[in-house]
Parts: sequence; C-alpha cells; structure tokens
Amino acid sequence: MTLSRPTRVVLLLALIVGLAVVYIPLLVVVVNSFNVDATFAWPPDHLTTEWWSKAIDNTGARDAIWTSVKAGLLATLVALILGTLAAFALARFRFFGRDAVSLLVILPIALPGIVTGIALNNAFRTVIGIELGFVTLVIAHATFCIVVVFNNVIARLRRLGGNFEEASMDLGADTFTTFRLVTFPMLRSALLAGGLLAFALSFDEIIVTTFTAGAEIQTLPIWIFNNLFRPNQAPIVNVVGSALIVLSVIPIYLAQRLSGETSGGRL
Amino acid sequence: MHRLLGLDPGLDRDQGLTREEEAELRGRQRWLAAPEPSTMTATTTEREGADGGVLTAARRGKRSVSAFLDRNPRVRLGGLLAAPFFWLGIAYLGALAALFISAFWTTDTFTGDIVRSWTLDNFRTLLNEDVYRTITIRTIWVAALVTVADAIIAFPMAFYMAKIASPRAQKILVVAILMPLWASYLVKAYAWRIMLSEGGVIDWAFNPFGIGSPGYGLTATVLTLGYMWLPFMILPIYAGLERLPNSLMEASSDLGARPARTFRTVVLPMAFPAVVAGSIFTFSLTLGDYIAVRIVGGTNQLLGNVVYDNIGAANNLPFAAAMATVPVVIMLIYLWAVRRTGALENL
Repeated sequence: MTLSRPTRVVLLLALIVGLAVVYIPLLVVVVNSFNVDATFAWPPDHLTTEWWSKAIDNTGARDAIWTSVKAGLLATLVALILGTLAAFALARFRFFGRDAVSLLVILPIALPGIVTGIALNNAFRTVIGIELGFVTLVIAHATFCIVVVFNNVIARLRRLGGNFEEASMDLGADTFTTFRLVTFPMLRSALLAGGLLAFALSFDEIIVTTFTAGAEIQTLPIWIFNNLFRPNQAPIVNVVGSALIVLSVIPIYLAQRLSGETSGGRL
Repeated sequence: MHRLLGLDPGLDRDQGLTREEEAELRGRQRWLAAPEPSTMTATTTEREGADGGVLTAARRGKRSVSAFLDRNPRVRLGGLLAAPFFWLGIAYLGALAALFISAFWTTDTFTGDIVRSWTLDNFRTLLNEDVYRTITIRTIWVAALVTVADAIIAFPMAFYMAKIASPRAQKILVVAILMPLWASYLVKAYAWRIMLSEGGVIDWAFNPFGIGSPGYGLTATVLTLGYMWLPFMILPIYAGLERLPNSLMEASSDLGARPARTFRTVVLPMAFPAVVAGSIFTFSLTLGDYIAVRIVGGTNQLLGNVVYDNIGAANNLPFAAAMATVPVVIMLIYLWAVRRTGALENL
C-alpha cells in the first residue's frame, strides 16, 4: 500500500504521542524518586539522592526482590517445560479434543487473575490441605506462565513446519538426536522470548500472589503494595520502581541480541 | 538464516565423527544399498547392532526407545501431553471446579464455617440485589471502554511499527513497547495516582488549556487500566500486521483501491483476529482488577473488589465464588464468540 505523505506523518505522530503517553508516567516515577518532598509535590522544588541511599539499605526491599527472582525463575522453568510439551503436542498431532486442550492452556490468562487466585487458594487450603508458602506461589505462577511459553513455541513450530526434522530423521538421526541438533536450535530464540515474558509476568504479578503466597512470603509487588501508602516508605517504593524501570532494559536488550528477532515475543 | 540451517557453534562440535558414529554411518550406507528395506528404523537398529558391535548398550537403548516412539505416535502424544494435562486439566480445572461447587454452599454467619448444603441463595442475592447488578454493569462498561480505547490507540502505533518503520527502528520500537511491561504494575498505578492528584502533573500540564485532572474515580480507573494494558494490545496487533504480506496491500492498490479502501477491505479484516486477541487480555485483565481501582478509583467498586472483600473481610468464600462466576461466564462467552475469528491462534 503506497501511503500518502500526510498519512505517514499522521501515523508517525500517533506513534510518538502513544510512546510519550507510555513513557511520561514512568518518567514521573523516576523524577519523583529524586523529589525532596515525600508527598511528591509537583513540580519538585529540589532534587535529592537521599531516597536512593535509603532504598539501597532497605533489607525488606532486597529480600523481596530476591524472593521474586527465585519464584520467577522456578515458575519460568516449569512453564518452559510444560509449555513446550503442550506446544509440540498441539502443533504436531491432530487428536480428539485438540481445541479443548488449546483453550485449556489459554484459560489461566484468559480468566481474570482473581479467579485463578481464589480457585488455587481454595484448592491448596481446603482440597489438598497444604499450607500456603513459597511452593504454592511457584505452582500458581507457573500455571499462568505456561501460556506465554506455549504461544511462542507453537508459533515457531507452525512457521517451521516439519521438514527439517523429517530431513534429519531421513538422514538417520533418532528422535532425541533430531531434537538436540535440529529442533532445539531452531526453537531456542522462541524459548528465550517466551521465558523472558513468563519471568516478567511472574515478577510483576500481585493478584494471584496475594492469594497463593501465604503470609510470610513477601514478593516484590507485595512489598510495594504494603509500603505504597506509608508516608515514610512511599519515596523508597518510588526508588525501587525507578530502579526496575531502568534495569528492565538489560533483559530486553539481551533477548533482542540473542534472538535477533523483530517480533520480540508473543504474549 | 544461520539458525534455520543449524549452522551454529553448537553444531560444529558434533561434526568430528567418533568411531561409533562412523560405524553407524557405514551401517546406514549399506542399508541404503540393501535391496529390500522393510521398515526403516527397525532395519537401521538391527544393522547397527550387528555390524557396529561397538555401540554401547545405552546408545542402543536410546535408539530402540526412539524407534518405539516413531512407531507409536499415540505414545509420543501421550508423553507430550501427560504433564501439561495433569497440571492444567486436572490440577487447575479441578481447582476451578472446586471453587464453583463451593458457590452453591453457604457460610454460617456465627462460626464462619462453610455449610455444605446445596442452595442457590448466593446466585439469588447476586441477581436480586441492585448493588451487584450495578457493579457488574459498571465493570463490563469499564472493561469495554479500556478495550476500545486501547485498540484505537494501539492500532496506528502497531501499524507504523509493522509496516512503515525500518527493520532497525522496528527492533527499537518493540523494545520500547516491551519495556513498560517490566515496570511494576503498582508503581505505574501509583504514578497515575500522583499525576491525577490535585495540583499533580496533569493539572500542571493541562490547566493552561483549561483542562483539569478528572480526579479519582471511574475516568481515572479507565485511564490507568488503559495505560497499563496498552502493551498487551500493541504486541498482538503488531505481530498480526507483521505477518500480513505487503503484497496483498500492493495488489489492492494495483487494482485501484485507495489507501482508505485497502485499509477497510484488506488490512482491517486480516488484522481483526489480532485485535481480538489483544482484547482478550485487556478485557480479562480489567474484569479481574481490584487494585488499580482502589488506588485511583475513589470509592468505586468493581467485580474484583466484591470478590476480594468477600474472601478477606467478610470471610464468605461461597459468595465470593458465586461472584467470581460472573467474570468467568463473561470471559467464556467472549472466548466462545471470538473463537471463529481465529483470535486464539493470535494470542
């Protein structure tokens, strides 16, 4: 489609305005992390690094970050395995109930988080009878992370088709060798993109976490929520938020470099 | 392309053949020349066993497992599906089922224990009390507004990214859209609270034009939720448009369609499933939200708040479960309605 110059300009403007809307609130967070005034009067009178140095010494935030990282990594690992298995089953086989299975994988993210949260909470406590804790948290997170890995892997499998694997098998490689030398290398970037998104989802999840983590487990979002409305802690929360915004560049940059894809992963 | 051909360092290591592998290859070459191959895998295994002799037991074991799997696709399918199905089909669906069964129970008001006798009371309350009807309609309304607003904002952005930007710019733009997903949900919601406050950023920026902050309320909730779910709308639309071949649009304009018509009759119908895919996220995420509305929504309540309050303060799981069926039913109807568009493949 040959677009006229004005159309292009209008679209470019829409993009720029959209990106501005996306980034201005983030910028406000970063600026406010230096705001002298603890109630964030705008525009800030003076800037200070006091909150940043206080935040670095804050053990609560550090422990919470560590808990979130651990939970995120474990949930991502489970999601990578289960999501890949399900993607292979659905991409390579036709069977009765195939549509139902694909709906089932999507369900944890298509249903509102609070439903997943209270359903799992109820199941853990009353049906199975286990204490809420770190394990239940990881199980809950993995449940809604499976779909992101699944979506990335199945999209890749559909695009690749089965020719490379057939060629490999025709040349005498068995199923496992073919997977190791042919399928896995072709899937690697999809797994990376899916894994990263799964980790991001888990790292930032609060609703399901509230219902499945148990009282003594504090992930970062829970810590933030508990401290958001405390006057003395709000500036520190802002610092942690700003730090996360800045640090998030690293995994995304790495993913782009390693995968060399333009699509950057599917949700 | 390198990746596609498997030309990466991981492969190079395996190119030097070991003695066993050479023996294997010889066996296979002989097999290729053999007059009557029956089934390939079986013959290969036998030959290798017979003439290689150097094959380790483990290797032969792996081979025969592989051959067995090759001959039995059902076993392969079962192996692939077993773990995910146990997790999602039994554990997760079981949990959902248990929750909805408890929606038909009640809570003893004195002891707070769950009374396991079947009743439709919870659903009756849900339908008959005005407050729940109002909250349900309000929630659907907010979810619809958020979804439509996000679709309108996201489409031109995604279109520019997928069809106009250079490949290099495309990469940077995707990163720019993905990055806010890593920023904390709560910090973003709180940022909007600060921006919307009296004398906050919005007042400061727009007062000169005679526009003030809408204050905390439903408008603020729609703004905040729309802001937070925007990447969930942009990314599927971008992926959908990127898959849409340029040649189709060129063909359309070659056949005399103006850009507006090409957009209406070619681009939009083909990108529609992607928009619907995005809307599944925005709709579902809004239906279940109870936190953003507490931060910026003033005293307004959405469905999520009712569920949350019944679980926590009221300790009434059966009623919370009954209330939770509302968003679930809405989402299931929604999923069923969009099933035919192919949106689920675009998630």
